[in-house]
This record gives sequence, structure tokens and C-alpha cells, in this order.
Amino acid sequence: MNQQRKAIALISGGLDSMLAAKVILEQGVHVEGINFYTGFCVEGHTHAIRERDRRRPKRNNALWVAEQLGIKLAIIDVIDEYKEVVLNPKHGYGVNMNPCLDCKGFMVKKALQWMQANSFDFIITGEVVGQRPMSQRSNTMPIVAKESGAGDRLLRPLCAKLMPPTLPEREAWVTRAHLHEFNGRSRKPQMALAEQFGITNYAQPAGGCCFLTNESYSQKLADLWQARKTRDYELDDIMLLKVGRHLRPRPHFKIIVGREAGENKYLEGYRHQFTHFRTVNYTGPLVLLDGKADENDVELAARLTARFSQGKNSESVHVLVEEKSGTSYTLDVRPLHQDEIPKEWYI
Amino acid sequence: MTHEVLDVRGQLCPIPVIRTQNKVKTLQGGDILDILCTDPGTLSDIPAWCRIHGHKLINTQQGDDEITITIEVTD
Repeated sequence: MNQQRKAIALISGGLDSMLAAKVILEQGVHVEGINFYTGFCVEGHTHAIRERDRRRPKRNNALWVAEQLGIKLAIIDVIDEYKEVVLNPKHGYGVNMNPCLDCKGFMVKKALQWMQANSFDFIITGEVVGQRPMSQRSNTMPIVAKESGAGDRLLRPLCAKLMPPTLPEREAWVTRAHLHEFNGRSRKPQMALAEQFGITNYAQPAGGCCFLTNESYSQKLADLWQARKTRDYELDDIMLLKVGRHLRPRPHFKIIVGREAGENKYLEGYRHQFTHFRTVNYTGPLVLLDGKADENDVELAARLTARFSQGKNSESVHVLVEEKSGTSYTLDVRPLHQDEIPKEWYI
Repeated sequence: MTHEVLDVRGQLCPIPVIRTQNKVKTLQGGDILDILCTDPGTLSDIPAWCRIHGHKLINTQQGDDEITITIEVTD
């Protein structure tokens, strides 16, 4: 009797990885999923923070996909290890701060480690040749296989027929004829295959779930490094870049302004780490000050806080200032006029 | 059988799921785990994680700002 082979599938929560896993499941292979949390993942946090999003149904798409497929899913925290990928990508960045090729190599390498530790046989991904400008090209996909160490134990079921046969195909663990030859950015083949499998509900049909591909987010990250004169980050740093308006009125400090109740509530959890501001006699945001600030800077931050409050057109707004030390006091300030806030302050 | 508490208040998904997953690895079948959360995403994610891995969801309590999810670990 043939031994049932085991595959570990990288599950992002999108359609492609779901289809890739399904194609292999259909061939009688035992499949389990793996999902990596880098800290830059879009879903989860962003759905939970903003008040306007709180009414939307919330789900972790990777978990949802695993449940639809009837497979187990391990979610792995790679926040610390992933720093090296972000800070020193061997293959550089994409349009923004996205180190897609290094990222894919890193994730396949982590999956390989999991595969070896759990006595699985091969790795599958939902990659499609020509779909992504950096990591999913015919000349870069072999780099992922090589640099991850996975070699020909890395199978891409959606485009395998466009590539040399891998070990699972050569050993007949899977049937190559039942794999696919998807190519390019069109989503039609994936949608047709989804329909064939009876999959009608899926997320992010075009993939993409990383803040590092976002221009605004990337600018905030670059600003953080420039202001601190060092390229490094902690989880709290990259989480706070996802929340609020960020303004840098002076090189040595910036402020983070909650845009609505959900963000204010989220920022509450960080307030003891920062000098922070809130308006007393008008409804207004919670504002965190990140950096070093003298008396004039604190007054400027208070006037900005007033600007983003309901008292923005008043002559005077009372702003409660609470320093990191716990000392607190109130400033009566004139809100900055819109014309007094240069566009360059917005990060 | 033990009854333990995991505090993931202030953490956003998927961190509560990851910490639940890691905590459950240290427990045995029949053990009870109370997970204290604030992220509303946990209301779908932790039950989904339990269903996928065969653990039993015992109870979900939702207050104004806090959620307590109780699960029973299975072997």
C-alpha cells in the first residue's frame, strides 16, 4: 500500500493559496496549512481598530480558508526573525518598502523547517508565474526554491506545468497532469477553478496582504528610521504606523492623532509610553507625542491637538498634557489654523 | 485537569490566536483555558481555531470592553 504523502501549504488567506491546497488535497495528499505573522499583515488589526470597521464581519482569512478546506493551520509568529528581511533584503525592495522576493524565500525556508520537524514531504504555495512583478516571475521563482533550501520539494500547483517537474511529481506523489499552467496577472483561471471546486466565497482575489506594499505606510516607516537615525523597529512601532494621522512638525518629534473613537481607544493602550494630549472642554482626539519635546514643542503639539478637536474654530481650547513621568497639567491654547499646518508635516 | 487563564487583552488578532495555540501546546486533554481578550476579532478567530484543531468551545462572554472565551483542550 502506498504511503500517504504529506504537504505543508503556505496559506495567506487569499484565493491562490486556497486553490493550491485544494488541488493537492484532491490528489489524496494529506495537507496542513501554515501562516506567518510578520507584524505587517493587513488583516486582523486594521479590521479591529477602527470604529467604522467594527460592524464588519471579522475573520482571520487564513483560519477561514483552513476551515473551508478542512485542514489544520499553524499560525507562526515570525515578528523578530522577519526584521532581517525588512531591514536588509538581499534582493532589495519593490515599489515601496516591500521586500517581496526575500519575503517569499524566508517564508518557504520557515515552511521547510516546519516540514522537516513534522516529517512532511513537500511544500506547496499558491504562486503563479508572472503574477507579481518581483517574487513571481519565471526568473525569480527558482531563486525562492534555491535560497530557501526547499529545492524541488517546493511545488506550485497552479503553474507547475510551466516549470520543470519537482520531486513530488517525479515520484508520483502527485499527478502532474492534474496540476495547472496558470500564467500572468489575469484572475480568470483562478476564478474558473474556484467555481469548479464550488468555492464561491473568498477574500483578496488579487492577493496582497502586507502593509509594506502600501505607499503611505512605507513613508511612515522610512520617516521613523530617519528620525531615529537607525533602521530598526519593535512591534509597537510598526503597529502604531497603522493607526491615526502622523504629523512631524519638527525633526525631533512627531504626533499620532487618533482619527475616530476606535483609534483613540487603541492609542489609549500606548499612552503611558508617550507624552499625550487630549482636549478638556471640547470633544477631541487622543494624541501621542513620539520623540523629544521642549516647552515650545509641547505647546505646538497642544495647538495641533486643539486643531483636530471640535474646538478647532474657538479662540481657546484647554488641553490636558500628561507626560510619560505621570505629571499632568492643562494648557490653554489657540488651535492652529489649517493654513498654519504645512502639508509637509503630514507623513 | 487544570484550569488556566491566558490574558491577551490589548492584543490584536492574530496574536491572541497565536498565544492561544502556543498555550494549548503546554496543556493536556481535559484542561480548561479562559482567554481574556479585547479584540472583537477573537470572537470569530478563536472559535474557528478550536474547530480546526478539534478543541471544544465551552463559553463566550462578551462585556462592553472585554471578552472571555473558555475552551476545553482535547488530545
